[in-house]
Amino acid sequence: MAILECKDLSFAYDGETVLEKVDFSLNAGDYLCVVGENGSGKSTLIKGLLGLKAPDRGSIRFGEGLQSTEIGYLPQQTQIQRDFPASVREVVLSGCLNSLGRRLHYNAGDRERAAMNLERMGVEDLADKSYHELSGGQQQRVLLARALCATKKLLLLDEPVTGLDPIATGEMYNLIKLVNLCDGITVIMVSHDIRAAVRYATHILHLGHEQLFFGSCAEYRESSLARRFSGGGGL
Amino acid sequence: MSEFVRMLSYHFMQRALLVGVLVSLCAALLGVSLVLKRYSMIGDGLSHVGFGALAIASALHLAPLAVAVPVVIVAAVLLLRLSESKRIKGDAAIAIISSSALAIGVISVSVTTGMNTEVSSYMFGSILSLSRTDTVLSVILSAAVLALFIAFYPRLFAVTFDETFSKATGTKTEIYNTLLAVLTAITVVLGMRMMGALLISSLIIFPALSAMRVCRSFRSVVITAAAVSISCFLIGAVASYFLETPTGASIVAANLLAFAAFSLAGRKH
Ligand SMILES: Nc1ncnc2c1ncn2[C@@H]1O[C@H](COP(=O)(O)OP(=O)(O)O)[C@@H](O)[C@H]1O
Ligand SMILES: [Mg+2]
Repeated sequence: MAILECKDLSFAYDGETVLEKVDFSLNAGDYLCVVGENGSGKSTLIKGLLGLKAPDRGSIRFGEGLQSTEIGYLPQQTQIQRDFPASVREVVLSGCLNSLGRRLHYNAGDRERAAMNLERMGVEDLADKSYHELSGGQQQRVLLARALCATKKLLLLDEPVTGLDPIATGEMYNLIKLVNLCDGITVIMVSHDIRAAVRYATHILHLGHEQLFFGSCAEYRESSLARRFSGGGGL
Repeated sequence: MSEFVRMLSYHFMQRALLVGVLVSLCAALLGVSLVLKRYSMIGDGLSHVGFGALAIASALHLAPLAVAVPVVIVAAVLLLRLSESKRIKGDAAIAIISSSALAIGVISVSVTTGMNTEVSSYMFGSILSLSRTDTVLSVILSAAVLALFIAFYPRLFAVTFDETFSKATGTKTEIYNTLLAVLTAITVVLGMRMMGALLISSLIIFPALSAMRVCRSFRSVVITAAAVSISCFLIGAVASYFLETPTGASIVAANLLAFAAFSLAGRKH
């Protein structure tokens, strides 16, 4: 059964349609890369999936018992202020927000989950450091740990490697793949890097104000779209 | 020493110290979120609205807090909406509302009572201005502010740190932003009697800024800001009693010294 099903979705800002004809579905454990040029509507789709932006038309359905509030999200170039005083532990723990329910404060189980995700992302040594003292790569790992606290099933990552150096980028991709393979968490990642996308993902969604392509990586490699988008070199 | 004991034996001083400590604590806790969310302007705007409301209450011989608290709460919700709306220039709208409220207050004072000691205490603050009912109401309201802040601490942190993430995971962020604005409104009105309309916003902003100079976690910022705020209030209030300087200004001066000291300490890291 599908974990996510989008039917004829379209989104508009102030009455102006920016993305339409989005129609795809994903099974649990899939790894989808959303590609497309700047302004093609990738972040808008992510916001739609998160319920931050209502679709103009069409429907989004979650399966496998997934609630729209149980999605782990890593925002694009996050709006978090550079000088915000928060420890790494506090940031990761805030990912457990959606499991509070009627409780007011985090419990031992939440703290344990936060500690475990810190360890999985290899940043447990940084737990008491201030978030803003970290390097870009370390900050993204902390935010990934926070996202993992919020979900057991679906991660949405909006350009998680933008601004990272090649080594940090590689590490980030490996961590995401590891989470996808070992925990069976479905991943939807927005990316500019088409080569990395076909290397790590199982499916590709190519947007350009509408859905230009959806299918497996193998199908995408064969498409004329991929050849054009990758600059003619082939993938 | 005996002077000090005598000071503490006055009822007005006991009331002022009790309410002052509680209000300083509330102001510091809320201040951390307000400064980080770039809402400092709201505190300033609210103090002007509060002055307008208190001036009108005094002109009409109404109970000051009973008029000012609801008026300022409404203003807080309005200012919050304005500062978040993308269409209007939020900060300009806040400036218009706050100066209009100040103007209305000044006009209503000048056509009725004139500049009496009560009105002047709203402007510049006075520890003598607290009546018995004011004291009881102040204690109850500040206890409520504290209780709500502590109860919703994890949510307030998450909404302050990353509103989009909190919203995406199902948190009703508007509720917590409104809660922050309402608690700030209550704190501003309570603090205004002591600090004065002109100086109350510094009670909110200064301790948070001082704490951020040295602390690395949100929790330590909150705790340090609370400690700084209470200490500076006590030092400023006692100094103003002995040196016969205005209360609000003395407390701000103490906060300024604390900020300078924390800035120096923070630079060593
Ligand atoms: N908040 C907004 N208000 C109005 N237009 C927007 C807003 N956010 C995005 N857009 C427009 O929607 C289109 C898609 O944007 P976006 O989804 O951010 O693209 P991408 O993430 O693929 O770069 C762009 O043309 C952009 O200008
Ligand atoms: Mg984008």
